[in-house]
Amino acid sequence: MSLATRSLPRTIGAHAVLLTYTAIALFPVILVIMNSFKSRAGIFGAPLTPPTPKTFDLIGYTTVIGQGDFLHYFQNSLVVTVASLFFVLLFGAMAAFALSEYRFRGNTMMGLYLALGIMIPIRLGTVAILQLMVASGLVNTLTALILVYTAQGLPLAIFILSEFMKQVSDDLKNAGRIDGLSEYTIFFRLVLPLVRPSMATVAVFTMIPIWNDLWFPLILAPSEETKTVTLGAQLFLGQFVTNWNAILAALSLAILPVLILYVIFSRQLIRGITSGAVK
Amino acid sequence: MAAQTRPKRPIRWHIGVFLAPAVLVYTAIMILPLAGTLQLSLFRNIEQHQVFVGFDNFRTLFGDPNWSVNFWNALRNNVWFFIIHMLVQNPIGVLLAALLSSPRLRFAAFYRTAIFVPTILSFVIVGFAWKLILSPIWGVAPHLLDFVGLKSLFTPWLGKEQYALTALSLVSVWQFIGIPMMLIYAALLSIPDEVIEAAECDGVTGMAQFWKIKLPLILPSIGIISILTFVGNFNAFDLIYTAQGALAGPNYSTDILGTFLYRAFFGFQLQVGDPNMGAAIATMMFLIILAGVCVYLFLVQTRLRRYQF
Amino acid sequence: MTTKLLTALLLGTSILGTTGMALAEDVTLNIESWRGDDLTIWKDKLIPAFEAKNPGIKVVFAPSAPTEYDAALGAKLSAGSAGDLITCRPFDKSLELFKKGNLADLSTLPGMENFSPVAKAAWQTDDGKSSFCVPMASVIHGFIYNKDAFDKLGLKVPTTNEEFYAVLDKIKADGTYIPMAMGTKDLWEAATMGYQNIGPNYWKGEEGRQALIKGEQKLTDADWVEPYRELAKWKPYLGDGFEAQTYPDSQNLFTLGRAAIYPAGSWEIGLFNTQAQFKMGAFPPPVQKAGDTCYISDHTDIGMGLNAASKHPEEAKKFLAWVASPDFATIYANALPGFFSLNSTPVKMEDPLAQEFVSWRGKCKSTIRSTYQILSRGTPNLENETWVESANVINGTDTPEAAAKKLQDGLDSWYKPAK
Repeated sequence: MSLATRSLPRTIGAHAVLLTYTAIALFPVILVIMNSFKSRAGIFGAPLTPPTPKTFDLIGYTTVIGQGDFLHYFQNSLVVTVASLFFVLLFGAMAAFALSEYRFRGNTMMGLYLALGIMIPIRLGTVAILQLMVASGLVNTLTALILVYTAQGLPLAIFILSEFMKQVSDDLKNAGRIDGLSEYTIFFRLVLPLVRPSMATVAVFTMIPIWNDLWFPLILAPSEETKTVTLGAQLFLGQFVTNWNAILAALSLAILPVLILYVIFSRQLIRGITSGAVK
Repeated sequence: MAAQTRPKRPIRWHIGVFLAPAVLVYTAIMILPLAGTLQLSLFRNIEQHQVFVGFDNFRTLFGDPNWSVNFWNALRNNVWFFIIHMLVQNPIGVLLAALLSSPRLRFAAFYRTAIFVPTILSFVIVGFAWKLILSPIWGVAPHLLDFVGLKSLFTPWLGKEQYALTALSLVSVWQFIGIPMMLIYAALLSIPDEVIEAAECDGVTGMAQFWKIKLPLILPSIGIISILTFVGNFNAFDLIYTAQGALAGPNYSTDILGTFLYRAFFGFQLQVGDPNMGAAIATMMFLIILAGVCVYLFLVQTRLRRYQF
Repeated sequence: MTTKLLTALLLGTSILGTTGMALAEDVTLNIESWRGDDLTIWKDKLIPAFEAKNPGIKVVFAPSAPTEYDAALGAKLSAGSAGDLITCRPFDKSLELFKKGNLADLSTLPGMENFSPVAKAAWQTDDGKSSFCVPMASVIHGFIYNKDAFDKLGLKVPTTNEEFYAVLDKIKADGTYIPMAMGTKDLWEAATMGYQNIGPNYWKGEEGRQALIKGEQKLTDADWVEPYRELAKWKPYLGDGFEAQTYPDSQNLFTLGRAAIYPAGSWEIGLFNTQAQFKMGAFPPPVQKAGDTCYISDHTDIGMGLNAASKHPEEAKKFLAWVASPDFATIYANALPGFFSLNSTPVKMEDPLAQEFVSWRGKCKSTIRSTYQILSRGTPNLENETWVESANVINGTDTPEAAAKKLQDGLDSWYKPAK
């Protein structure tokens, strides 16, 4: 790589900017987690100091843990998120490939049709979706949530993926065709590995709203067995509005699993991005 | 184009196979329910019966000041919300991505991970955490300002009509900056090394290299980000709702189309939800976003294509 | 297609399942509610009390957050997946559900005779012929104060406006306490704890409220503007940055002992008892001149109805009849001090603060919140606008007169009272 672009002042400058922004990004999160370990007086008296032996208190956590099966909620969230993600990526990539690779009558129209979904909040279709789920007996099942999230994630996934798929070189695919590979093999063996970085990006975008959604769990699956962690946390907030120990503890517990998931996932994401860049 | 006029092609079943699962799920669970809702905008509930009224609901929306004032207010606020995102979120996102992609930067992985953290948080957490930080009672923001000797600058931003919307837009920027950063970062990394090396042979380095070589190459990604921001902003709802409530106070100063729609469609407190008027508002939102997306697809994107390699 | 197949499969299994077990199976009733706070009381006290007397019926209390309750309930009712028992908001929200056929008619439910016409009025059709929810409780407005602070500063409980402001001035001059814990960020505090709290003294309770509905009075009349003038005077006594102070902020300010007076609703009692480390007292909204009749807002707030689509209407009615009984009233009112039973049989309450609130019923005239009945049916919604304008008045962004005019103009645009 180039040596010319690296000079000491520039490196320091870059670090200064990045460090500042990192601080801004992490400050609220750290604040919440830090204060969740403090007593009520400590939270209000000195919100900016880390817990000291005098203000250290786990009362918030004991309240939360005594209140609901957060581990089970977490498991539900995980099942729903992972399953929906899988279907969005698979179906989305397939459709994006069809749209970007083949010229056929109605291609643009199909593209627009599939993009319609990013323009209206799916929340508006609530009543009809709920009726559908009631009719098929899927209320209070995780399947209902997975179906809705798959539908909800598809438009954006197709929109982004088809942009990226257009950039895959034609030579490669044509070489594959000359070798007699079927279109399916070309898609799964040649194209999919090449768009991995964008798949990872789409995965992150799709995952966040699913994990954090409050509305559909509330409407479609509010039962104790199917409650997701976000819904659990929200109900908890409603119940303990003034108990800040408990709230901060609940928020920390809601942040941590996503954070861990993300840190694990982020390695994959970056590996995907770099492998794509090197080609 | 000429390639298309090949004579007699067999039916390409694989296109159908590739499209079918997505189209089926999407149509059944998203399009049909949404279409069902949007068509409500042409009806009105009279004595518990849905009666077809043509465009009357839209006439009410724009003609009756009780609706139109709120609609234009929400639209105006929404435009401001979008402008702040375009002016703050996307430039900072590009800057961070450019810095991160500089070769052999130490701790790049750490920065990247950390800056993306807010994006993965739920609105419940973001709304609550920022309400606490900006709260005059809890005192984090006044403390911090005091620390740098600027305590006099503190005002209860979320409670003041002139600041609340801007403050919330910036919170939203804080939350979502990871998205443009990641997309641009990916785009920057996928610029072929030969291009950069060729530029360096010509003596184009540093800032000049960024402006002249890299920026044109990442323009398509910036295009995607802009349209995603546009769509996201005009569909936004959750942050305002969790931070300010459905009435989007003070005095409707943070009311955007999403919150306006929510009140109309689902009702609020004693206000009984009116799915018909709600559907009319949703239709308007849909048309606004559709117009934006069309501008992007047919004007911006075709021009950006030229820069592709 | 898969869903159809699934439907068939699921239907198949459920039919097989029910025929086999129909005899042994308990009936389960689900309660829809926005009162997440009461979860433990229902679970540990109310439901066991009912189940002990009614073997074979199981009851599940399934609350959702208050902000989402109406929207979520509406969606579930139209799709047919709502619970058997519906917690009712007062007046038009529930009336609308009844008109849509979502709530069953309960006029003949045994136990309904335990309630006075006033109590039932919140859940009746306009002609008073059909009732659709069993009244559960009302809440009373007033002010809760920090007794320790009052003793320390040598303050007497105010009964007139003049005394009220004298007390506030003294607290402010002393500087130890924020005189009054109230914020305008959430809007509803300003309207509910402010306007609806002190207002009845000015518009003379029911007299003014009925006149407003009949169109004989307007919101721009002196009686209705005066409470706004009073609210505007509150601004200097509120804490720093009250514009961004939320409802929980206010509660915390008071229970942490940092504020002396809290404009309250009686529902706060339970929470304050557990959180405050000092003695508390309460006083009704002060009157204009000594000797004036006092009026209080004793608002019918919560009831329970039967989902018309319930699969177990008989069991659900059994439960509702129990909710209408004095037994329920005693457990409920004592478990939730501040939610006062509407049952005609007097309930003995243990909590001193709750006793103080309820004692006002004897000396003052009761009314309900002025915006709830009929007047919030149209667009713009009077209740929502009252929230916004009350906050504006306290923030100083609207004058009392301008606020009143906006409200009346909004009302005039759709409400045509029969004269």
